[in-house]
Amino acid sequence: MTLQVDLTHRLPGFTLRAAFQAPPGVTAVFGASGAGKTTLVHAVAGLLRPDRGRITCDGTVLCDTAAGQWLPPHRRRIGYVFQEGRLFPHLTVRQNLLYGRWFAPRGANGPDLAQVVDLLGIGALLARRPGTLSGGEKQRVAIGRAMLACPRLLLLDEPLAALDAARKAEILPYLERLRDETGLPMLLVSHALSEVARLAGHLVVLDHGQMIAAGAVETLLSDPALAPHLGLRAAGAVIEGRLAQHDPDGLSRIDTAAGPLWLPQIAGQPGARVRLRVLAQDVMLALTRPTAISAQNILPARITALQPDGASGLLVQLDAGGAPLLAHVTNRAAAALALAPGLPVFAVIKAVAPAPEDLGR
Amino acid sequence: MEGWLTPAEWQAVALSLRVSALATALSLPLGIAVALALARGRFPGRGLLNGLVHLPLILPPVVTGYLLLLTFGRKGPVGALLDQWFGVVLAFRWTGAVLAAAVMAFPLMVRAIRLSVEAVDPRLEQAAATLGAPRIMVFATVTLPLILPGVLAGAVLGFAKAMGEFGATITFVSSIPGQTQTLPSAIYAFLQVPGGEPSALRLVAVSVAVALVALALSEWLGRALARRVAGA
Repeated sequence: MTLQVDLTHRLPGFTLRAAFQAPPGVTAVFGASGAGKTTLVHAVAGLLRPDRGRITCDGTVLCDTAAGQWLPPHRRRIGYVFQEGRLFPHLTVRQNLLYGRWFAPRGANGPDLAQVVDLLGIGALLARRPGTLSGGEKQRVAIGRAMLACPRLLLLDEPLAALDAARKAEILPYLERLRDETGLPMLLVSHALSEVARLAGHLVVLDHGQMIAAGAVETLLSDPALAPHLGLRAAGAVIEGRLAQHDPDGLSRIDTAAGPLWLPQIAGQPGARVRLRVLAQDVMLALTRPTAISAQNILPARITALQPDGASGLLVQLDAGGAPLLAHVTNRAAAALALAPGLPVFAVIKAVAPAPEDLGR
Repeated sequence: MEGWLTPAEWQAVALSLRVSALATALSLPLGIAVALALARGRFPGRGLLNGLVHLPLILPPVVTGYLLLLTFGRKGPVGALLDQWFGVVLAFRWTGAVLAAAVMAFPLMVRAIRLSVEAVDPRLEQAAATLGAPRIMVFATVTLPLILPGVLAGAVLGFAKAMGEFGATITFVSSIPGQTQTLPSAIYAFLQVPGGEPSALRLVAVSVAVALVALALSEWLGRALARRVAGA
């Protein structure tokens, strides 16, 4: 599946302009509230007619304003998981789940009810009505309902935004399973980089309607020039690795291209894939390998780029054995260490620094 | 009931029930369509349609009745055509009473349904469309079930209004015993003759009973449906 989007749409206050290609897998659309993310996915779903543009999905033209082509939403076969679930209140969970089945083309090979119920863990809810479900349960049912309509693409519009931290932690693993076990292409709208880093392989960044960047998540999240748009406190590179072992003192070792990383006990069997976002503000730089220090992770690296953060600091892009890292330091520190591209340094990361939501698979 | 009411009284009750039921049933689909158009539609003439629908509510009923007579009477523009093409005559027939009751009840029915249409979250209909439902199916499976309490309330209100309609009916179809003399017309007629008061009182009792039963029924059904729609 490849989604191609090229559109312009005037909204009160700003104009949305976006042109990108979403490869198979999960593509995240990231931006602050009011950046035009929902407008963008509404246009893909057919809930909004863009002023000008062309959207195609696997060669099928969904919308082409120049040629006057328009496919109505019910014929697009694009599943949409809305922020607030939007379950039908007069139907049971089972009826909600099977709603799209009535209209799916015969012979469309999608998952069956039993598979979806099992994947999302909603077997106990089937006879209930949406009014009695918790926010997290509603959202899981909404995901299942969209999947069972046999879509060729799934749109997820901030599926976690309306949930508290505990509910988010409950849903995220289901979304990871969805990505890994169904291979269903997804467009994920989010304003939380932790979600983006955990779930997406591709990223489109919107800011006040303008598309700032589009590309692979690993590349964009470690791009120091992009960090101010993503939010300095949220900026951080994504490192991939494999869970190697659990130590008896409660630490787990992850083998990455940058070297071994120790983190407080993570769930999973040795050999499992791990995706970790390391926040730029959690990375310290040293010119010599520090000794007698409590930090457990000291990775040799080389500076590849420096970028002022727009305030009193710098974003430093590092190459640690092929893995990208991003560090946020003050101008004073950068001057004291004479940081410059090409300089070999040591990146120091406390084992307890990464938050649990920054750890995915 | 026939033992308790005289044949003449029973005739009026039966006619009123038949006229009101038919008027409600026939105008309900149109009422739903108009309520949808007024609640959702953006078209020129929307204000005009709204005014036209509400006209019977604010005009003196006798004026509505007279306008019906002018339009649907045998020599009226519409009445003449109906007579010529279909052999249907409305003026001074029980079918005319159905038309008068339907017209008078229509604004109340539309108002109740329109409120429930406005309460439906259009985002649910969007969700149905993304699940592959064509427009007509979105209406049948999402919109209609959600507005059902309002449709029911509109139908009950319309039925009650039709049962009580007097002015437009008596002007359009007169008060011919056994043909066009509905319950209110009969009560009025009994009150005009000496010794008619016991008959009038019995019919008043029937009116009150029908009204109470309709009210209780609508309350009960409305609450049951509201529970269903709330999804609890």
